[in-house]
Amino acid sequence: MGKEANSGSTANKQNPVGKFFGNLGNDFKEIGLTFVEGDWKTKVSFLIMGFGPIMRKQFVRGLALLAVEVLFILYLVGFGWNYLKDIGTLGTVARVMNDNGTYSYNDNSFLILLYGILTIVLIFVFLLVWRVNVRVNRNEEKLLAAGKKLATNGQDLHSLLDSNFDKTLMALPFTGVMVFTALPIVFMICIAFTDYDANHQPPTNLFTWVGLENFKNMLSFGTSGIGSTFLTVLGWTLIWAFFATFLTYFCGMGVAIMINKKGIKFKKLWRTILVVTIAVPQFVSLLYVYKMFANDGLINTYLMKWGWISSYIPFWSNPTLAKVLIIIINLWIGIPYTMLITTGLLMNIPEDLYESARIDGATGFQMFRSITLPYMLFVTGPFLLTQYTGNLNNFNVIYLLTQGGPQSMALSNKAGYTDLLVTWLYKMTVNDTNYRMAAVLGIMVFVVTAVISLAVYGILPSVKDEEGFQ
Amino acid sequence: MTTGSMKTKRAIGNTITYIVLIVISIIWLFPFVCMFLQSFRSMNEGGGGMVDYLLPKQFSLDSYAFLFSEESKFVRWYGNTLVIAFFVAILSTMMVLCVSYALSRMRFKGRTVLMRFWLILGMFPGFLSMICLYFLLKQFGLTQEGAIPGLILIGVASSGMGYYVTKGYFDTIPKALDEAARIDGASRARVFFTMILPMSKPIIIYALLTAFMNPWCDYVFASYVAFGYSDSYNVAVAMQRWVWTNDYQGYFTRFCAGGMLIAVPITILFMCLQKYYVEGVTGGAVKG
Repeated sequence: MGKEANSGSTANKQNPVGKFFGNLGNDFKEIGLTFVEGDWKTKVSFLIMGFGPIMRKQFVRGLALLAVEVLFILYLVGFGWNYLKDIGTLGTVARVMNDNGTYSYNDNSFLILLYGILTIVLIFVFLLVWRVNVRVNRNEEKLLAAGKKLATNGQDLHSLLDSNFDKTLMALPFTGVMVFTALPIVFMICIAFTDYDANHQPPTNLFTWVGLENFKNMLSFGTSGIGSTFLTVLGWTLIWAFFATFLTYFCGMGVAIMINKKGIKFKKLWRTILVVTIAVPQFVSLLYVYKMFANDGLINTYLMKWGWISSYIPFWSNPTLAKVLIIIINLWIGIPYTMLITTGLLMNIPEDLYESARIDGATGFQMFRSITLPYMLFVTGPFLLTQYTGNLNNFNVIYLLTQGGPQSMALSNKAGYTDLLVTWLYKMTVNDTNYRMAAVLGIMVFVVTAVISLAVYGILPSVKDEEGFQ
Repeated sequence: MTTGSMKTKRAIGNTITYIVLIVISIIWLFPFVCMFLQSFRSMNEGGGGMVDYLLPKQFSLDSYAFLFSEESKFVRWYGNTLVIAFFVAILSTMMVLCVSYALSRMRFKGRTVLMRFWLILGMFPGFLSMICLYFLLKQFGLTQEGAIPGLILIGVASSGMGYYVTKGYFDTIPKALDEAARIDGASRARVFFTMILPMSKPIIIYALLTAFMNPWCDYVFASYVAFGYSDSYNVAVAMQRWVWTNDYQGYFTRFCAGGMLIAVPITILFMCLQKYYVEGVTGGAVKG
């Protein structure tokens, strides 16, 4: 036992996995010691949570622990177990026909999976609370043995507003994220390993585990696979995010420099005009712009009236035109935002830097390249990264303008040439109810985002050297 | 001589800058001006569809009248969106403030693990969880007829994850202030409510403003949760249908009118609070 704990502590310094198991080993040791050294109240607490604290007159903690145990058992017996037991198969009989010709529904794969996951999570939570229960008992006994007084119930409650205020603050937000973000994501990750699609819809049909089949399909380049479509969409997603981020960034900075320029009047007016685009909800402005460039929209009709073109320009049905136009319209959306951010930062650059450069005879462009740009890139590095990953998932601009179109026979699963991974995911979910592939796609989006974030985060100068420019 | 040439050079530079700025302003305002003009076109011209000229030949309030008539549910949709935006703004700001204070000021067990976990969760696309959320809401009767509280719930539940900007702001408030108050016997809660919050007015307004503006653009969840039940649509879902569905020909000027009714109040609100928005956005961008 001692030897194990030792090896655990050496592993502590080496890697997080070793640390985890080291801690786990120490935990078990402490639990064992608590049981061996504890009095009868503590021993009973191992089965009936909170028994020890209640006997020691710490009713608030004791009753809270007891309530957790009672609720958990009620949940597990009355509800959770029914679903958890079938999670290996996700159900065997979807429905049976009654004598009178109606159906009665039996197993629902969706419910089994969802509540099965929920139950597993709750079991872990319960084990954690049980562990807390053991520790509470141990600490109380130690305090009593040392001749100190235990915290009164009032003090316990008051600590929730003071030393334990973090628990009060975090309780609701944490639960919210767990139930409404974490649980659904875990559920959908599981869906990626099942055959849940239009042909396997509960409650009339079952779906079941299929292993890695969906991933193979996504990455297979034969006639049946959708690998080539996936690569097309992924490629455009990356290109789009690149242009949407950097073009907007530099143009926005350019506009900010122009407005900040000495001798330019009405600075506030220019800024306000640009900022209107941020204020107007995107669905209004983007849908209107979409209509402006439609075949019978303002742009085409005016160009024809003036005799510049003889037939309308197919802005939205030509893939290349559509892509270019989207990037340009995104400039219209994005420049005000970068302008706002860079304006404040540009003013932070010490004026004497420019002054001395000017004396040395530097031109405006040289000053921009060797003073402004390095400073801005340094300061806004993390911002650029979040912008890039945000643009990878920029649903609104794409969906409101083209809905991913133009579509093509060359692309499978109804993908279009301007589809991003997320808009394709959305269409798969809503139009095709092809949940299995949508889930795979979601995981792919995560992988792309995570890889880029990790790779770029490591080389950001402002992360490496926080004091660099100060 | 040299100063003279410098001056002319600068004057030319400024003139070019003015020209560019004026062109930019025209481009940026052009769609809104068009929309404004077209919203006043009469239904007798082009039947409310798209036409090949900009200035209405005959000024009329047809489109606006339609929006407020019995025929259209626009007022209801507008109300829906307003209710959602209002509650989401208040509740999610409260969530964000709680999380930010706890993460900025307190060092509890599992703090870094939690922050990393939420960061990773944030890398999954939101729609991935859509069908699961829909199902969860349905269990509580919060879809279709109950879509409004449902959408509020979705908007608020996970909002704690967006703590970055606010926490960054709290981090800049010196900790010495907290400690001094705590030595005087103030509890954490007291410090939070009577010291930190009053000092954070700009960032609270920023959080309220951004949270208030989000629901106006929410198309994805709103259309999914309210599916097929038009009383529960928000403006984005409802007006989307006007633009996209070809059967809805004639709704173009109505879309313009509705767009104006939505854009104008929000823009005014935004302009009034612009100072706080810029502060929040700039601070958030630099801290990353």
